[in-house]
Amino acid sequence: MTGLFSEIFLSALLFGAVTAAVPLLLAGLGEQMSEKAGVLNIGIEGMMIAGAYVGFLVAFMSESLWLGFLGGAVAGMAVSSIMVLLCVRLGLNQIVIGIGLTLGLEGLTALLHHFQFSRTYPRLPAADVLAIPGLADIPVLGPALFQHNLLVYLSVALVFVMGFIYRRTQLGLNLQAAGDKPSALDIAGVDVVTTRTVAVLTTGALAGLGGAYLANVGAGIFVPFITNGAGFLGIVLAMLARGRPLWVLFGALLFGISLSLTTALQVAGINIPTDVIQMIPFLAVMVMLVIFGRKSSLPAALGLPYERGSR
Amino acid sequence: MSAEASTIAVDPEEPAGVGRVILHRILLTVGPILIALVIAGLILVAVGVDPLAYYGYVIERGLLSPTGVQQTLTRMAPMLFLAAGLIVAFRAGIWNLGVDGQFLLGAVTAAAAAPLLANAMPVWAAVVGAFVLATVVAMIWSLVPALLKAYHGVNEIITTLMMTFLGVSFANVLVKLVFLDPETTVPQTRTLPVEDRLPRLFDTTISSGLLLGLVAVIGVHLIMTRTAFGLKLRVVGANPRAAVHAGLDVPWLTIAVFAISAGLAGAGGAVDILGVQGNVRADWNPAYGLTVIPMVFLARLNGFASIAFVLLLSVLSIGGESAARRLGVPNHFTLVLIAIVLIVLAIVEYVDTRYLSRRR
Repeated sequence: MTGLFSEIFLSALLFGAVTAAVPLLLAGLGEQMSEKAGVLNIGIEGMMIAGAYVGFLVAFMSESLWLGFLGGAVAGMAVSSIMVLLCVRLGLNQIVIGIGLTLGLEGLTALLHHFQFSRTYPRLPAADVLAIPGLADIPVLGPALFQHNLLVYLSVALVFVMGFIYRRTQLGLNLQAAGDKPSALDIAGVDVVTTRTVAVLTTGALAGLGGAYLANVGAGIFVPFITNGAGFLGIVLAMLARGRPLWVLFGALLFGISLSLTTALQVAGINIPTDVIQMIPFLAVMVMLVIFGRKSSLPAALGLPYERGSR
Repeated sequence: MSAEASTIAVDPEEPAGVGRVILHRILLTVGPILIALVIAGLILVAVGVDPLAYYGYVIERGLLSPTGVQQTLTRMAPMLFLAAGLIVAFRAGIWNLGVDGQFLLGAVTAAAAAPLLANAMPVWAAVVGAFVLATVVAMIWSLVPALLKAYHGVNEIITTLMMTFLGVSFANVLVKLVFLDPETTVPQTRTLPVEDRLPRLFDTTISSGLLLGLVAVIGVHLIMTRTAFGLKLRVVGANPRAAVHAGLDVPWLTIAVFAISAGLAGAGGAVDILGVQGNVRADWNPAYGLTVIPMVFLARLNGFASIAFVLLLSVLSIGGESAARRLGVPNHFTLVLIAIVLIVLAIVEYVDTRYLSRRR
């Protein structure tokens, strides 16, 4: 009990929060891009778990963490290409396909895990950390925030890259138009389907990367159903953030802290069911919505396939 | 918002040649399932399991053997309630993706209430009371997303998804801290004795929950397609702005849709507890909703078609569980099978509307 507010405890808590937040951040940023372009990507959970499994497998075989990340991103992208083909190109129901992909990949990765690893449960060695010179020496905050794997810093940088893309580039405008008024984009001579394809493939890559981070760095092991709703949380984050990448970061940190708190309190031997703490971020967001609740401005064409010439 | 609604409110009625249409639909359902079985079979071959033996067990245990078919029919009950709740919501253009949370809270309420009520009143009244309480609790649980949607236009996908995460945790808190059975070491609610549960049908082990579920789905289907109230809801779903101009009280109707949808989901939880499980164990979450949601879409929000799809789902999950056990495949394969069936059904449906039906 005395150690509860010690420096080490606080710093471990924050470190865990960042580690837990990164997969949510990547999933949320990815989902945000799909939603901006008008695709409600419910299959993101499936893309994450595919990324987690392949990412782990590649990292385990090649003994290279970064090849693992690459493998995870490619796997997520491969899954999202199914979504592209069926939902963006052919215009099938995004909910049916999205849930189908999620269920199928959860099952498939669990199945493959059973045949490959269920007797051995191999673990990866701890991921290398990159201590940022100077900042890493700050008490409490230094070890918590500035001694992470390089991917963590890159993910945070990605928040600003995304913000730049949405505000300052043609691609950003195209994405926005593909979600709000696809016919206008078409008339302007930009292919809606291609724009949405880019968005969904990016989502897949980011979700897969998030999954790979979750397995390789967060847990150091792949277990079936390891994503445990992280993809759905990504959807919630993307919708709450309404197109602003920085808000995804804040949201991811909020949920990351609560996830980290559940483990930290257990380690500290405090006997509260983890469920109580897991409720906190959702309660906080719901209360915020009740107090500040106003019209959420989601893209007008969200969830609708685009077919040229249709009304 | 109006745009997303119009994808949901597809009108399922098809005119002309009823017999031919039904035959066409049956072919369009059986064909994809066979294709899906072949694809899934390849996966089985890849992991070294004989697919024919696997499917043999699935059909035998899920459909043919007396105990199997009784389990299958019993398993349908909670899923039918979920389907009914989803049909109301989706037809009214409300994306209630929070049925799993509503289901679980209904289940915990029923599990907590039934043994308590049984002390104070006759058993049948206690079961009815628990059922009603579960429905009401799930309705109340949906009130926050309903009010936010009705009066602030807050998107219900976010709120209902969050309420599901919240509901699953809250249900666990209730089981672990409040309604804990002091006589067991595993955290779970007090067990309702088998003889106090919902009566079984005739001499079988099929829970009468099945009948309740069928009544719920068919009732919802008739209300949505044959009554003025259902028409109002469909108008709200098809075009909320037009509904306002038509003088409909859209906020009130929205709240009503949430209440009916969540209430049915909660009733589904109650039926599963009062008919089959008897108690809620900590961390129990069957997440039926996740599989029923796409099935309801594939059924084009039609009640009768939903019953057929729920039967399919039930056969696959009961048969799959048993086949997996006998052949040493992990039960996760059932998920893969269901997913492939879903995706192939969706693709064939597309091919049909695009190419086949156009030619006729």
